[in-house]
Amino acid sequence: MPRMSAMQAMGEAIAEEMRRDPRVVMFGEGVATKRRELVAEFGGARVRNTPLAEGIIAGTAAGAAATGLRPVIDLLFAPFICFSMEELVNSAGKLRYVSGGQFSFPLVAMAMTGCGWTVGAQHNQNIEAWFAHTPGIKVVMPSTPADFKGLMKSAIRDENPVMFFADMPLLHAEGDVPEGEHVVPIGKAAVCRRGTDVTLVAYAKMVPACAAAADTLAAEGISAEVIDLRSVKPWDEETVLESVRRTGRLVVVHEASRTCGVGAEVAATAAEKAFDRLRAPVVRITGPDAPAPSSWALEQAFVPQPTAIVESVRTLVVRQREGTAA
Amino acid sequence: MTDHDPRRSMLERMLLIRAFEEKNVALQSEGKAAGTCTSVGQEASAVGVVSALGPKDRILTNHRSAGHLLARGADPGRMMAEIAGRATGYCKGKSGTLHISVKDLGVILTSTIVGGELSLATGVALSLTLLGEDAIVACFFGDGAACEGIFHESVNLAAVWNLPILYVCENNQWQAYVPRRETMRIDHIADRASAYGIEGRTVDGNDVEAVHAAAAEAIESIRRTKRPFLLETYTYRLRGHFEPDDQSYVDPGELASWKARDPIPALRARLRAAGELADADFEAMERDARARIDAAAQFAASSPFPAPEEVTTDVYA
Ligand SMILES: Cc1ncc(C[n+]2csc(CCOP(=O)(O)OP(=O)(O)O)c2C)c(N)n1
Repeated sequence: MPRMSAMQAMGEAIAEEMRRDPRVVMFGEGVATKRRELVAEFGGARVRNTPLAEGIIAGTAAGAAATGLRPVIDLLFAPFICFSMEELVNSAGKLRYVSGGQFSFPLVAMAMTGCGWTVGAQHNQNIEAWFAHTPGIKVVMPSTPADFKGLMKSAIRDENPVMFFADMPLLHAEGDVPEGEHVVPIGKAAVCRRGTDVTLVAYAKMVPACAAAADTLAAEGISAEVIDLRSVKPWDEETVLESVRRTGRLVVVHEASRTCGVGAEVAATAAEKAFDRLRAPVVRITGPDAPAPSSWALEQAFVPQPTAIVESVRTLVVRQREGTAA
Repeated sequence: MTDHDPRRSMLERMLLIRAFEEKNVALQSEGKAAGTCTSVGQEASAVGVVSALGPKDRILTNHRSAGHLLARGADPGRMMAEIAGRATGYCKGKSGTLHISVKDLGVILTSTIVGGELSLATGVALSLTLLGEDAIVACFFGDGAACEGIFHESVNLAAVWNLPILYVCENNQWQAYVPRRETMRIDHIADRASAYGIEGRTVDGNDVEAVHAAAAEAIESIRRTKRPFLLETYTYRLRGHFEPDDQSYVDPGELASWKARDPIPALRARLRAAGELADADFEAMERDARARIDAAAQFAASSPFPAPEEVTTDVYA
């Protein structure tokens, strides 16, 4: 299997889908400048630069999607999506319903997110929960180059608007990526590591953080299962609940701020549907309710670290063991 | 004979739209219907532009859309059913008065987000271009929408990408409860066209023949130059913003002067002067329109509501 970065894997997915389906088009600020290989293969009509105007980029995608094209748009950094909320939320997300199913909106809106590049608050905010809370829209946030490829292919083939958030520091990390038809279904989590004492649920950059924590815990005799949600909406309740019922403990980890975040949804679902199997309270480890700082030191303080995950699991397991002993 | 005389059929369409909206107003005042945004006084703009479109052309419009839809040939019964929230409505009762779309008629969107249609129009035109369809997009919006940033973004992109869009600004002098003059230094939205490197033109929006001719010329220019065109129909909103609305905030003199220019009596007078329309003909046309609308209202009232389970269908494909 070839090794490549997540960035390359996404590019490969887009090129393959454009080859497969002439209705796939791509546009955004600098898209044609930065993806010369796509322009060379598919031409300037299908791969376009746009003015710096995120509202019309997203609106154009919505209108094009409703009438037969399958646009992929690059909105660059997630906070810029504030300019295209109207088009994504009020149009792409609602108009299928409002039209009584007459129109579909098969579009992909990509953006970069996440700490690690010291770009500061106006280029860095994890806004996936905004869209998880928005009807009619799907949200994916992969963690490995293979998933970047497989989920991008699924997102392009999906009949609904899909937000594709790329956690920046993951973009240049390399991994094995299957060639050709490698499609990862939206809404299916990956169990990255099997374990029996605790379930760690995460997505994007927090998946490697959980994997590192699980290594440390294993050395202490604590067996952690690590689940990568991959899709934030719809998310794979079944896989998470099955795991939680087995381990009896759940820690949800994300970098986005806590209040009404994705972790709250996962925790509440576990409480609703697996309460009788829980051996300890569900714990959330999240970023703070603060804009993202720029300083490297502060960024590291912002992002949940493996040590925090390890400590939290230790507390859960030890409390349980002491409780059993008493 | 009626079918073959374009002026008479334009008059009939305008009367149908007027009857439709007056019926909704009446139902609303009896508490039998939801409020609506009417386009009373603007029928010439709707009929003039839509009658210049071809069958494959697409339409995007705003909350004051009944005229555009009916001019396009929408069934008043299914429209009324939609407004009344019935399962037989064009959107199964999920749109209501403010977002009706009719795919079969090429009506992609009625946006109640002011300017929402401007943002989607570029995408629809891009589809037509890339999929090789010989058709254009007509995008209707108000002078209020022309003050939203998305107006600039849309027209600029359409100009840069050579998209076949007829932008139709229905300048009706009102932006909900704000008089247009309070929000812009210029009188004519069409003046903005040159800033985008495209052509623009203002036409008397109360003269259906003038509107039709201007729209036909604009469409010809779009096909010839491959550039969008900004057409402004200068008109007036004769009723309030959203029914019920007592218009207490409107200057009575201004209202009276525009009522005197009501597009329906204006066309009637022109046809009468040309000896093409007897009073009895006109009255028969009015009666026909009202009868069609009464039947439409009946259809709506006797249609079932959607089943409660429909609340979560059509969310995802
Ligand atoms: C984004 C947005 N802002 C405000 C409103 C409330 N609103 C509905 S119609 C309207 C007036 C729009 O004026 P204009 O575009 O001139 O259209 P007109 O009603 O005159 O036909 C306003 C302010 C809205 N629906 N959407």
